[in-house]
Amino acid sequence: MVAYIIRRVIVGLLMLVAMSFIVFALFMKNPVDPAQFSCGKNCPPERIEETRQALGYDQPLLVQWGAFAKGVVVGREYPADEAMREANPELVTECAAPCLGYSQQLQMTVNDEIAEAAPVSISIALVAVTIWVVFGVLFGVLAAVFKGTLVDRGVVGATLSLYAFPTFFVGALLINFVAIKWGIFPAPGYVTIAEGGVGEWLLQLMLPGFTLAAVYMAGYVRMTRAFVLESMSEDYIRTAKSKGLKGGKVLFKHALRAALTPLVTMFGLDVAAVLGGAIITEDVFNYYGLGKLAVTANETYDLPTIVGLVLLLGALVIIANIVVDVLYAFIDPRVRVA
Amino acid sequence: MTDLSKTPETTLAKDGAFLSVRDLKVHFSTSDGIVKATDGLSFDLERGKTLGIVGESGSGKSVSSSAIMGLHRGTNAILSGEIMLDGVDLLKVSNEDMRKRRGRDVAMIFQDPLSAMHPYYSVGNQIMEAYQVHNDVTKREARKRAIEMLDRVGIPQPDRRVDDYPHQFSGGMRQRAMIAMGLINNPSLLIADEPTTALDVTVQAQILDLLQDLQRDFDAAVIIITHDLGVVAEMADDVLVMYAGRAVEYGPCKEILTNPEMPYTWGLLSSVPDLTASTEAKLIPIRGNPPSLLNPPPGCAFEPRCDHVAKVGGDLCRTVLPELTPAKSGGNHIRRCHIKNADEVYEAEILPEIAPDLVED
Repeated sequence: MVAYIIRRVIVGLLMLVAMSFIVFALFMKNPVDPAQFSCGKNCPPERIEETRQALGYDQPLLVQWGAFAKGVVVGREYPADEAMREANPELVTECAAPCLGYSQQLQMTVNDEIAEAAPVSISIALVAVTIWVVFGVLFGVLAAVFKGTLVDRGVVGATLSLYAFPTFFVGALLINFVAIKWGIFPAPGYVTIAEGGVGEWLLQLMLPGFTLAAVYMAGYVRMTRAFVLESMSEDYIRTAKSKGLKGGKVLFKHALRAALTPLVTMFGLDVAAVLGGAIITEDVFNYYGLGKLAVTANETYDLPTIVGLVLLLGALVIIANIVVDVLYAFIDPRVRVA
Repeated sequence: MTDLSKTPETTLAKDGAFLSVRDLKVHFSTSDGIVKATDGLSFDLERGKTLGIVGESGSGKSVSSSAIMGLHRGTNAILSGEIMLDGVDLLKVSNEDMRKRRGRDVAMIFQDPLSAMHPYYSVGNQIMEAYQVHNDVTKREARKRAIEMLDRVGIPQPDRRVDDYPHQFSGGMRQRAMIAMGLINNPSLLIADEPTTALDVTVQAQILDLLQDLQRDFDAAVIIITHDLGVVAEMADDVLVMYAGRAVEYGPCKEILTNPEMPYTWGLLSSVPDLTASTEAKLIPIRGNPPSLLNPPPGCAFEPRCDHVAKVGGDLCRTVLPELTPAKSGGNHIRRCHIKNADEVYEAEILPEIAPDLVED
């Protein structure tokens, strides 16, 4: 098992190296001049040249990528050009390992950007994941138990219609009615735990959390329903029943346990995805998380930020996959031995 | 005699038999109509005795035994008739009462022990669970009892193997563990649904020996469901041959195997390979397939596959369902067939085909 995990981690790291290179290459092959973009609209040619040097865009692709990779491992200093650093020591910015780059547009290191935005995304993700897993699995089990009845159709229908609405629509609807017209929740605005305590923090996260959960919940309801129904028809369920076990024990100990494997797989990937930022939800509620950061970086052609976010998301997905594989071993003893 | 043919069950019914099934019907209502999986089944079984239920897939064997276990509760199955176990009608008791009887009074072991055990829980855990649900004991006591039972069914090093998972057991050991699970509460009725079908031939004999051995110890009534007449010959005191949801022949095992009077039973016997028989003996499969149980025709269900319809004459086989009537050979042997001289037909036509050496004697 340990050897397996080590192997997976090494493969994961190689994938990250490849990903960073591909993002670099794609970015540089683009006809838009990133230095021009960083510098702004009314930038004189010599300033553009300066910016190009400061960001290292004057170097060949491989050299740039090498400097970036080195920065991730040991950290680096900005501006990228050594002569510029010596000429203006007051402008030098330290970027400690793992340095993901420096954004000229935002005038800060990508690490700092992420450190600022990540708590917002993590908070929204936490609330959303809790809502969709608890209610998704609960409703899914309900629908399976009452298969074919009004409960089943109601639950599946309701979650599907919620899923069918675009996220920005659900979000806007919630802001307009629940927050503004009815005043059940305060108008959205992110509050840290340090500022407002856990209660206030959670309260401000309910609407975006629910909006994001609405997207995922339908999938979990349907998957849970399908897998519970599937395992309820297995032979070992008949065995459990013929032992005289109570209905609840048959359902939760025997049927749901078997349905857990596919749910955990889905869960791992979804969590990784929402931790990397919920673009639409964050945009609608104007919460400055990783999703909104990514949108802004794309609009302003901010290469270092884009590369940093792509790598972060990639790393999250890779980690989630490894964690899911390790979880399999806990769920299914057949995996443990093999 | 006329009385007997009208209510043929009385020929075998001993009042107050330990298990007495009367006119059991299990019908499933589907969108295409009603499927009559079991349609009027009656039999009796005493403690310490074994009943073999024989028939092809889809003849209603497993559906009937699931009905005894009460496993159709909560499904769309419609049950009627009577299942008297030790004086209690299992079709009338409440769901909760039936649940408590399951595993305690009536236990069941299944065909494929790999799929019948939960892959995620250890063998010991699953056996303990069966014990704990009916006995107010600590985990430690349940575990001790589970190890005892594993030892009893012949699992080597049971104190160590108790923590193994089903996939770490061999097929035969899994079936032993299933038997341990079934017998842990000392049930008075054990239903074995094709217990040896998924096993190697060598292991089959061991499992059958074990079942017989345990039956003696526990004094349980055993229903063994199979399509293997060899298993029946080995195990059963009585045999019930089922076809299309109905009993077509029922009687003491020896009677049925030596003097069968129903063409379907003949077909089953002809399909059994016999290693010791002369090489002239033919293996004759029953032609065709079992009929759909949806809207069955009015006559004998076996008529489309029967080679002996001509012996009856007229449309009788196709239009009238034969009653269960006492067989010529007497005893407690009943059969469902229009052929009047079935015993003679068997001796003259069937026996020479399947066991020529027996005829010469």
